[in-house]
Amino acid sequence: MHRPAIKLDADNAAVKKSKLGVILFIVYTLVYIGFVVIGLVDPELLGLHVIGKQNLAIIYGFGLIVLAIVMGFIYNALCTRLEDKMNEKKESRI
Amino acid sequence: MIYTISIWAIIIFLTFVAIVLGLSFYFAGKTKSASGYYAAGGHIHWGVNGIAFAGDYLSAASFLGICGMIAYSGYDGFLYSIGYLAGWIVALFLVAEPLKRLGKYTFADALDARFNSKSIKLTASISTLVVSIFYLIPQMIGAGDLIVPLLGLPHWSGVLIVGSIVIFIVATAGMASTTYVQFIKGALLIVFSTILTIYILNNGLNLNPGGNYHQFIKIGASVDGKKVVGTTDSTYSFIDSYTVDEKLTFVRLQKQGIERWFKLSKDSTSLDEMLSVATLEDGTILYNGEPQSAAKFFQVGHLTKIIVDGKEVDKTGPLGPFEFLSTLENSELVRFTKKDIKAANTTVWFQTPTSGKDMLSPGLLLKISSKTGASIWDKLNFFSLMLALFLGTSALPHILIRYYTVASQRAARKSTIVAISAIGFFYILTLYMGLGASVNGVLDVESSNMSGPLLAKYFGVGLFSIISAIAFATVLGTVAGLIVASSGAIAHDFMDNFLNMKMTDKKKVKAGKLAAFGVGIFAILLGILFKGMNVSFLVGLAFAVAASANLPSILFLLFWEKTTAKGISWSIAVGILSSVFIILLSPAMYERYGFAKGLAPIPLDNPGIISIPLATIVLVIVSLMTQKDNKNKVENYHHDK
Repeated sequence: MHRPAIKLDADNAAVKKSKLGVILFIVYTLVYIGFVVIGLVDPELLGLHVIGKQNLAIIYGFGLIVLAIVMGFIYNALCTRLEDKMNEKKESRI
Repeated sequence: MIYTISIWAIIIFLTFVAIVLGLSFYFAGKTKSASGYYAAGGHIHWGVNGIAFAGDYLSAASFLGICGMIAYSGYDGFLYSIGYLAGWIVALFLVAEPLKRLGKYTFADALDARFNSKSIKLTASISTLVVSIFYLIPQMIGAGDLIVPLLGLPHWSGVLIVGSIVIFIVATAGMASTTYVQFIKGALLIVFSTILTIYILNNGLNLNPGGNYHQFIKIGASVDGKKVVGTTDSTYSFIDSYTVDEKLTFVRLQKQGIERWFKLSKDSTSLDEMLSVATLEDGTILYNGEPQSAAKFFQVGHLTKIIVDGKEVDKTGPLGPFEFLSTLENSELVRFTKKDIKAANTTVWFQTPTSGKDMLSPGLLLKISSKTGASIWDKLNFFSLMLALFLGTSALPHILIRYYTVASQRAARKSTIVAISAIGFFYILTLYMGLGASVNGVLDVESSNMSGPLLAKYFGVGLFSIISAIAFATVLGTVAGLIVASSGAIAHDFMDNFLNMKMTDKKKVKAGKLAAFGVGIFAILLGILFKGMNVSFLVGLAFAVAASANLPSILFLLFWEKTTAKGISWSIAVGILSSVFIILLSPAMYERYGFAKGLAPIPLDNPGIISIPLATIVLVIVSLMTQKDNKNKVENYHHDK
């Protein structure tokens, strides 16, 4: 049985972060599935103009990329807050 | 294709290689321990690691392959960008932090952390090797493609040069030098791709791509019934004609002793000039009827109509990013479609007028619309590709090992977010670089992979030199990461853990270096063998194998307590075998074997839709059947804690 290359401190926020990760994953996956389903069921829809002069394919495609970045920052902010709160509490008890 | 060699390109390229080698020498002196070799000591800053992630991930497939695919097939190439980026969501939200908690040097470490199982060590190390090799092939092809215009050397020598340099980088300093090579290259790739995109937008759209662009001719056809018998242009003499796929008629004409190929128009009234590569009986290859040195094989891709505010114009001038897309959507361009005329031992590329609307919607490469005759298999292919891209990223061993180079879970998470931001931004640029290449007369029909660098050449030799050197470094960085992962699988997982060879720290590093050497040689051979295939397509296959073999195990290990060692091992084995089996019997591989695509027994090019669920089902069933084995797992896990 091996141990990690670096000894890590106990993380009391791990469970909550994991739940948060699963929720955000499901949200993004649903948006991604929406794109794939449109491609499968009615691909002509992707050629329709939706915002300004851009078609749905461009808006949805760019949107998926930008959404991933935005959700990444939100996840990091929430995780950092959880870690600071939960790991700090334990340290102060000790 | 004919390329002019630039002395600046060579100087910049050699400077870049010298810096990379210098970096390796520097870190070689510092790398003595196994932890240093396989995980850079676990002390890389998360910001550096994030950009190194981008440098590792933005491989030849992203810069060369996707740009090429977009240039030739429009939005369908951009689907790869979307899928590749979306895959990072799985890595960030589900895999990054738990994996950091579990692993030591390799992906197999993480899977085996709670079990101490021989079968996991074996199957995970094999899986790492298979996935890395699938991923290595396109990188090496990309290296060969780049070296042709850059240094004027044949394709195989590019593969050999990359292989040799990477073996040196990895064998000297392992993960530390690999990380900094990836960091430098990742940062430069993003900066210079941004500059290239600014050039594209500033250039706008233009009916005339440049002074040297070849004007393709159209001449009258003489038709008797349905058969072409000659041409109305008396300067050409008729040789013969061929019908391919029952609907395309290609005509061979001769002028001043030089043979030229034309395609009969749809209304059978005219003949449109094509590009051709013919192989004669004595092995001589003629480009548009002449030897390569005559330089008559042209770069192509041009607009035929530009509409701005409802009016036709010759050029637009500088355009904003969204304006560029909307103007292109209203325009028309000419793509070039490849066909083999086997009876004449000739390959031709004929002009295919395409609307901007079609270029900016899916469907030119992947048939998905029932209105254009998409079958259920075509739709499944699309679904399978999007599934494999989404699930493949977080199952790539060479990406996963990068989590061990940072100090904490927080650093692992932050570096993933830096990676997503950098990679996401780059993937948006791919759309502009690909579309820019498609309309500026830069495409080399023999190699879609060169579209990005050749577009840079259109804007100046200096930019081309830098972009090519970066593209070459792109290959170096990714191949180095893959070879580190492979050498870890052989030396650490297989020799040390599976065979229990009880090596000292020093011997582990030596074994890793020897393994890197062996994998490097193998990669060189495969790169030469698979010349000519689109690198992004091949990486899509690597993603499918990774998603099938590794992802079910990773996710179930993290989120299902009943997962057993045997469940993981069987799932990995079934995932590898089923995905590779389907790939070997796919239409794309049948074409590679020299058979008709239609003869392929499995009409799927991407195996994910079958192999990923299959590996998952096997994991669940085998785990449920072997629950009693988990007593050890729980004890070990608590003991480990």
